[in-house]
Formats: sequence, structure tokens, C-alpha cells
Amino acid sequence: MVGSTGYEERIAGLDWSVGRAELGITPAGPVNIGWHCSDRLCTLGRGAATALIWEDWEGRERRYTYDDLRVLSNGMAKFLEGAGVVPGDRVCLFMDRVPALYLAFLGILKMGAIAQPLFSAFGEESLFTRLEDAGTSAIITQRKHVAKVRRIRDRLPALAQVIVTDLPPGALQSGETPLDLDTLPRVESFPVFPSTAQTPSVLHYTSGTTGQPKGALHVHGSIVSQYLTAKWALGLVPGDVYWCNADPGWVTGTSYGIIGPWSCGVTQLVLDSGFNAERWYGFLERHKATVWYSAPTAIRLLMREGRELAKRHDLSSLRHLASVGEPLNAEAVFWSQETFGKPFHDTYWQTETGCIVIANMPGMRVKPGSMGKPFPGITAAILDPKTFLPIATEGTAGLIALAPGWPSMIAGYWNNPKAFAAKFHGGWYICGDRAALDADGYFWFVGRDDDVINTGGHLVGPFEIESALLENPAVAESAAVSKPDPINMEVVKVFVVLKPGFCGGAGLEIEIMNGLRKRLSPLAMPQAIEFVDALPKTRSGKIVRRILRAKEWGEPPGDLSTLMED
Amino acid sequence: MDELRRAIRNYVAHEYLETGDDRTIDEHTPLITGGIVDSFSMVSLKRFLELEYDIDIPDAQATPAVFDTVAGIADLVERLRQANPAPR
Repeated sequence: MVGSTGYEERIAGLDWSVGRAELGITPAGPVNIGWHCSDRLCTLGRGAATALIWEDWEGRERRYTYDDLRVLSNGMAKFLEGAGVVPGDRVCLFMDRVPALYLAFLGILKMGAIAQPLFSAFGEESLFTRLEDAGTSAIITQRKHVAKVRRIRDRLPALAQVIVTDLPPGALQSGETPLDLDTLPRVESFPVFPSTAQTPSVLHYTSGTTGQPKGALHVHGSIVSQYLTAKWALGLVPGDVYWCNADPGWVTGTSYGIIGPWSCGVTQLVLDSGFNAERWYGFLERHKATVWYSAPTAIRLLMREGRELAKRHDLSSLRHLASVGEPLNAEAVFWSQETFGKPFHDTYWQTETGCIVIANMPGMRVKPGSMGKPFPGITAAILDPKTFLPIATEGTAGLIALAPGWPSMIAGYWNNPKAFAAKFHGGWYICGDRAALDADGYFWFVGRDDDVINTGGHLVGPFEIESALLENPAVAESAAVSKPDPINMEVVKVFVVLKPGFCGGAGLEIEIMNGLRKRLSPLAMPQAIEFVDALPKTRSGKIVRRILRAKEWGEPPGDLSTLMED
Repeated sequence: MDELRRAIRNYVAHEYLETGDDRTIDEHTPLITGGIVDSFSMVSLKRFLELEYDIDIPDAQATPAVFDTVAGIADLVERLRQANPAPR
């Protein structure tokens, strides 16, 4: 077995109070993520330490110290105040992985507004859905993305400010404001908003089976979880050079691409580039990265490129590798052990948990293919789906459940208390995934408990796809399900029933693909389309996606007794 | 730039650049690395090439490395057109 024992003995009995004490936070006292990720490091004498090394695909590089983060995030906060943003406002960050995004994130939190990062590849419909639901009052974006915002702005009466980072004033439209990081004042002192642990901080949208995506609302107190898990589950220590692949539009990119690492005082690497194996290895080598937090899809892409490419680079600086987003298959663990001399450690968590909850932690015995064990301070169980009681029998699959109350558990879904209440049964928070326990207490992932598609580590809801498809004049109805994929684990496949007079074919397939890609996102774009005469439905007319999914995965269809007969 | 490369370049620019995105694409512009086409969007580009040029692109050859430039894509299309195209 890879790894070593001893870690579990060291961490037994520890809980979140350790994190609070180290961050200087009391349960009822002030806590502000923006301050804790910049000013606090300066008070600890690390102002001159490199906080951020940013590079883009053309090789341009920018470096920022913790003091730079402090004064520039102050500058961002002051800029936003001047633009009319007030505490509690939702401010969307709709940008690529550019330095302005990271500085604006901290600035938004310092002034008491709520940061709402969104994946910059979202199409206008996905963008509209999330901005409308949140009542977002300001959006910070770039020249290459502003056209999408302009097309939906008239439908968003709450959106008062559109701030564009790289357009000259002459190119702006009415109601748009320029923001230039190069000329943003460095503000030495800013009165940080007196937030507490329960003050809202970050709003991340996440997809479910039914309805539109829901806004998962995080609070400033989440930093306790993100700090301690970054330290113990990712092994971060001051002086580390850390790279997290994730985009800040997703929770990994904020919890472990901003909050966790900077609260630990490490140097964080950001590469604003699409996937390129040679580029990635060169990036790790050049900056002598010590910890790398990646994703199974990216790892499988690297596996496909071959071990020899990795061997051409000196990656001996890497001390710990971890993975997130979807189950890490055993083959990938063995490959990384052979290629990098150490395994990727799988970690499990989700938008609603805000932090890693189950993991293969540094120093812990890694069981390839396993999710690992609960993080200290997390009580996790496998519940019977009918009784919601813990399953004692090892190897029996059930619902992954957590005892509520860890610091980064979401405070709720935005404007959707009913959906939030539905996440709890019998005193447990239900994750929506299924797993089984082994005799050593390791969790083993079985699958989702609903129709949500996990593609490349990102959740995509079928409802959003099927709703958008109805806007194609050829489509009568559709069903979106997951299909196995060797790189992304799952990809979207849609089954489409056409209206009379329309014919399926490659031309319509491309039209549907491009339409969904542009309106929703590349993740929601089906990788396969099948035109069918009818969809399986219950007698009440509800589409039974699980039958279509089972066919794609080669699994038994399950109970057919409620199906409408042909 | 020959006709094939121009057609591919024009299709990528039309389908994958947003209005107001004034980046220019030539045959060596990094499309995947440069964030113009992501790995999920490659499938729609692949289907377009198959339909437009009456070829069948094996999944193993539709890699980010090949699709990273117009030149790489055009070379792949030319190679496959010289082999047997997919029957329609």
C-alpha cells in the first residue's frame, strides 16, 4: 500500500477549535475572510512574502506580495464603495483567472459585500439565471465577456453596475464603469467591515436534479474549516508553493484557490491557460511547486499524454499531490506514484460543505480508489436510504451523511429555504452521493443518488439543459443524462424527441451542441445526442431519466412497474 | 493561408469568439492553451469537421494537442481525407 500510518494517531481528538485559535478568532468575535487572507499575514511579519505568482498562456507573469494583496484589495474595496456597492450586495466576478479577480474577491469581502464568482465560460442564459436569482447589483467582467452581460442587462433590473477591467472609457456603454488594476490606488488603510462568523461572504451556484441551480450561501466563519483543511488535508505550511488547478468560478477555486492557501500564508500559483500538458509540467518545474491540487479529469488527460513527458521535467519539488471533484480511480493513483513518486490523494467534498470533509490525508495510508476517512471535526456516516439510520454493515452502500455544524457548512440556499430544509433528514445533512464503508473506516464512492451529472468534476443539472433545449424550434422534449467517458468520468448525453416535420442528423446535432454551449456552458453541451421517437415516462407523464442512464452505463434499469406502457 | 485553414479559422472565430472579443486567430494561435476552445467544446468542432469534410475522426486523434491550432486541425483533416472518408 502507498503512504504510511501514524497520521491518524496524531490527529485523533482534534477539532475546529484548533483552527479558531490559530486564526485568532473567537466564536462570537470579528472575522473577515478578506482581512484574514491579506492583512493578517502582514501582521505576522509576512508582508514581503510572495502571495501570488500569476502567469498566462503567453508567458506573461505578475507577482504580488501579501502587502500588495492588502493595499490592492483595500483599493478594490474603496473602488466598489465609490461605485455605490454597499454591505450585503451581491457582486459577481465574471472573469478569467486574472489578478483582478483575486484582488476583487478580497476587496468585496473586506467591504462586507457578498462575492459571487461565476465560471467565465457560462453562456448568457446560465449567467442570467444566476444573476437574477441572486439579485446581483454589480458585476466585474472583462472585454471578452462583456457582450454576454450587455445582452441580458435589460432583463436584470437589480444590476446597477457593470464594471469592466480592460476596456478604455471610450469603448464603454452607458452604465458601465472602467476598472484598471494598473492604476488602482494602493490604499494603506481601509475600515474592514465588522463581519462575524455568520455574516454572508460567498455565493456559489450549484446544480441539482430539479429546477434551476441554487445559490449556496457561505459565511465568513467558513475560513476556520478552509484554513484547517488546507493545512492538514493538503499539508500546506508557510513557504509552500501551491498550485490549485480549479477556476474560482467554482467552490474549489475559492475555498482552496484563495481562502485556504492565503490564510495559511503560502505562495499561490495561478496559470490562466487552457490544458496543455507540456505547459503545466513546465509551470510546476519553473516555480518549484511543492503542493498540487488537481482533478481526476486533468490527471487522466496527463495520463493520456504519457509518463515520458512528465519525466522530462524536474518535479522533485512536489511534496504532496491531491485531487478533487469526482472519484479518483485507482489506476490514476498508481500512475501518479510511478510518475511523480507519490500518489494523488483523493479528497471528497461539495459546494454545500465548503471544505474537504472526507480525504486521504498526508501521512495517512492511501487506499487507491477510496475517498479516504472523515476529516477531524467531521462526523460522517452511511445511512440507509429508507430509514436514514446509519448502516453498520461494512460494504453496504447507502447515503453519505454528515452531522451538521462544521464551520463552512452553508447557511442556506439563496431565497430557497425549502430546498435547504430538504437536505436534512433525522438530524443529518445528506450529501446526495452514495458510498460504502470498509472495515478500516475508509469510504468508497458508489455514485450519485440523483440525476445530476458530474462531468469533469463539475455538477450539471438536467433541468437546465432540457429547458434550454426547448428553445430550439425542432425539439419537442428531451432528457439529459450522464454517459461514461474515459477522461471526464461522465459527460452529458441528451435524448431528443423532435417535432413533426423535423429530421435528426449531424447538422441538427451541431446546431444543438453549439446552441447549448453558448446559452449555458461548454460543460452543459452534450457530447452525444440521440434522436428518439419517445422518452420513457411514468403513467403521470414524468420522464424517467434513470432508465436512459442505466442503458448508457450498462446497468439494470431498475423498477419498471410505474412506467407508462408504449 | 490555404482554403482549408481559412475555413477552419473562420469557423472557430465565428463560433468560439464572443462579440467584442477582438483577438485575431491565425493558423498557429493556441486555441486550447489560449482558452478560445476548451476541451469540452472540442466535440462540437470535431462534429463540424466530420460533417463539413466527410471524414470520421477517431476519438484517439481528437486530442487537445492536435486541436490546439488551426494548422494542427487542418493537418488532421488532410490526413483523414486522404484515407477513406466515412460513408454517408
